[in-house]
Amino acid sequence: MKIAVLVKEVPDAAVEKRIDASGRLDRSGEKNLNPYDTHAIEAAVQLKEGGTIPVEEIVAITAGPAGAERALHKAVSLGADRSVLLSDDAVAGSDVIATGYALAKLLERESPDLVLLGQQSDDGENYTIGAVVGEFLGYPSLTQVVKLDIAGETITAERQAEYGYDTVEIDLPAVISVGDAINEPRYPSLKAIMGAKKKPLEKITIADAGIEADKVGAAGSKIECGNFTEPPKKSGGTIIEDEDTSATVEQIVAWLDERKLI
Amino acid sequence: MAGILVYALTNEGAINKNSLGAVSQAAKLAGELGTEAHAVVVGNVDDAVAGSLGEYGAAKVFRAKDAPEGVSTPAVDVLAKLFADNDYDYAIFGGGLLGFEIGAGLAARIGAGITAEVTGVKVEGGKLVAQRPILGDSLISESNYKGKGVLIGRTNAFEATQSGSAASVEDITVDLSPQAGKVRLVKRGEQRGADINIEDANVLVAGGRGLGAAEGFQLAEDLAAAFGGGAAVGATRAVVDAGWFPYAGQIGQTGKTVAPKLYVAAGISGAIQHKVGMQGSENIIAINKDANAPIFEFSDLGIVGDVQKVMPALTEAVKAKKGS
Ligand SMILES: Cc1cc2nc3c(=O)[nH]c(=O)nc-3n(C[C@H](O)[C@H](O)[C@H](O)COP(=O)(O)OP(=O)(O)OC[C@H]3O[C@@H](n4cnc5c(N)ncnc54)[C@H](O)[C@@H]3O)c2cc1C
Ligand SMILES: Nc1ncnc2c1ncn2[C@@H]1O[C@H](COP(=O)(O)O)[C@@H](O)[C@H]1O
Repeated sequence: MKIAVLVKEVPDAAVEKRIDASGRLDRSGEKNLNPYDTHAIEAAVQLKEGGTIPVEEIVAITAGPAGAERALHKAVSLGADRSVLLSDDAVAGSDVIATGYALAKLLERESPDLVLLGQQSDDGENYTIGAVVGEFLGYPSLTQVVKLDIAGETITAERQAEYGYDTVEIDLPAVISVGDAINEPRYPSLKAIMGAKKKPLEKITIADAGIEADKVGAAGSKIECGNFTEPPKKSGGTIIEDEDTSATVEQIVAWLDERKLI
Repeated sequence: MAGILVYALTNEGAINKNSLGAVSQAAKLAGELGTEAHAVVVGNVDDAVAGSLGEYGAAKVFRAKDAPEGVSTPAVDVLAKLFADNDYDYAIFGGGLLGFEIGAGLAARIGAGITAEVTGVKVEGGKLVAQRPILGDSLISESNYKGKGVLIGRTNAFEATQSGSAASVEDITVDLSPQAGKVRLVKRGEQRGADINIEDANVLVAGGRGLGAAEGFQLAEDLAAAFGGGAAVGATRAVVDAGWFPYAGQIGQTGKTVAPKLYVAAGISGAIQHKVGMQGSENIIAINKDANAPIFEFSDLGIVGDVQKVMPALTEAVKAKKGS
């Protein structure tokens, strides 16, 4: 079996995310592999190590700027065998549908048995790429999976939906986005980090992947985002740094008392 | 007819509250656009239940009896057929997990633009403009659709309002796509852990991953007990998924929505999916050791500290105050 993991480079959690003058996310600061995607890689590695089904290969795939190589190196250090980077100016500014279309085209070149994704990108927060990719590929898809068992050609997955936990069977090939409770991603070893740069990283253009230029990028997108405004701020709460705990709790109790909450 | 189609999620014969909100929102927008809002239910939903969507503003209700409810692909097939037959301009979803999946699948299938986490919608130049918070709720962005549009609401963003009367229900048959048979719901809505009531509590002490382990919930139980009757303990999805706390006590997008007089968030980061279930609380206290945790942005009193230190001391102080 071949597993493809979709990964994305996002601004580091510590960086304050901003919109730049062109109306796109400012990607100039420190960047990192989307933390949610490390759970998808870990899920792939656990399937490979678990041995219930033979996993020949784990391929990490991303669509992003040239610098996204770093995210792929990290994905490889976490257990992917090789990686593919679609980096083409034509893709910049793609919306969810255009991104999903491009990723589906990259996946068609690989024809994996299983596509894994993170539950959300830290910068996009759309939760939707998995379902879009599945639709373009004609594969069944499922999101937010927190337990995943494979037997033969069928996966039994569990996830929490709006009424409690659902158990769902899904036939391969399939697209599955995993929730962050599925596993505890491991830290890469120093050896794995050093070795990651030596593993194959294929850089391709939209032409290589057979992606139609007018279906991607800002022009190929179905929505235009703009008119960014700041939401009304809830008047800032009081903050207490807990240095002397008995003084802290005294302040809390006084605060509660003032509001007749105690 | 150009108009708006709303997917109404059902479970055990009842319509989801967020779907009712989406119908009301769609009806209001359809009025402004000079068109109609229609709704669709999937599965063998009762006539009266399906028709009741009319009370929330649906001019017409479709029902695909033979398509299975609870997984996305069959519903995508149903909505795509209705789009093909009726040429709607927009689809609106009340959010939730299935709303995201079905909305995304539909948008890809019919070539529509998609906006998730929508908190507001307005009409401009005869078109819908969707507003959604981005970048950790620090900005609101507006989506303009070049053609058809799919809008997926944030949990509790759309309010259900009863305005009209029951609508007629039209049964439709849909040929399901090959991939629809490849996803099969085996068990739905399993409740894990004890059945506890958090919705009626006036004081809620909610615990997150910061409590460290299932045993850490004792700190929350003790504080709730100190407040006395009317206080209960709740939790985040992270700890429910980890098996530290029953699902019935989960607050947020795929859990309960609560609005107690006092909400104490202990070791909770304040993710958006948690926030949507508790931001209506009258007073919010957060205890978190990370000064940058998002929870501090919407709490009234924030304690930057360790729950292991602050909670036991607070429990004692509350007890002492109560006793005095
Ligand atoms: C579709 C979907 C639906 C979801 N539905 C829900 C839902 O219904 N409800 C929900 O809650 N979540 C939901 N989530 C998950 C949500 O995104 C978050 O993952 C979750 O709320 C995080 O839980 P947490 O705050 O307990 O954990 P974390 O985000 O890990 O936060 C733990 C916090 O504890 C702090 N901490 C650690 N140790 C200590 C200490 N000793 N003292 C003090 N503070 C400490 C840390 O600084 C951190 O801020 C959903 C997600 C998706 C995608
Ligand atoms: N440009 C991209 N390249 C590769 N994978 C992506 C990209 N954007 C999103 N993803 C994947 O889709 C998941 C969900 O992202 P989103 O729908 O944007 O919240 C992420 O966790 C990634 O696994």
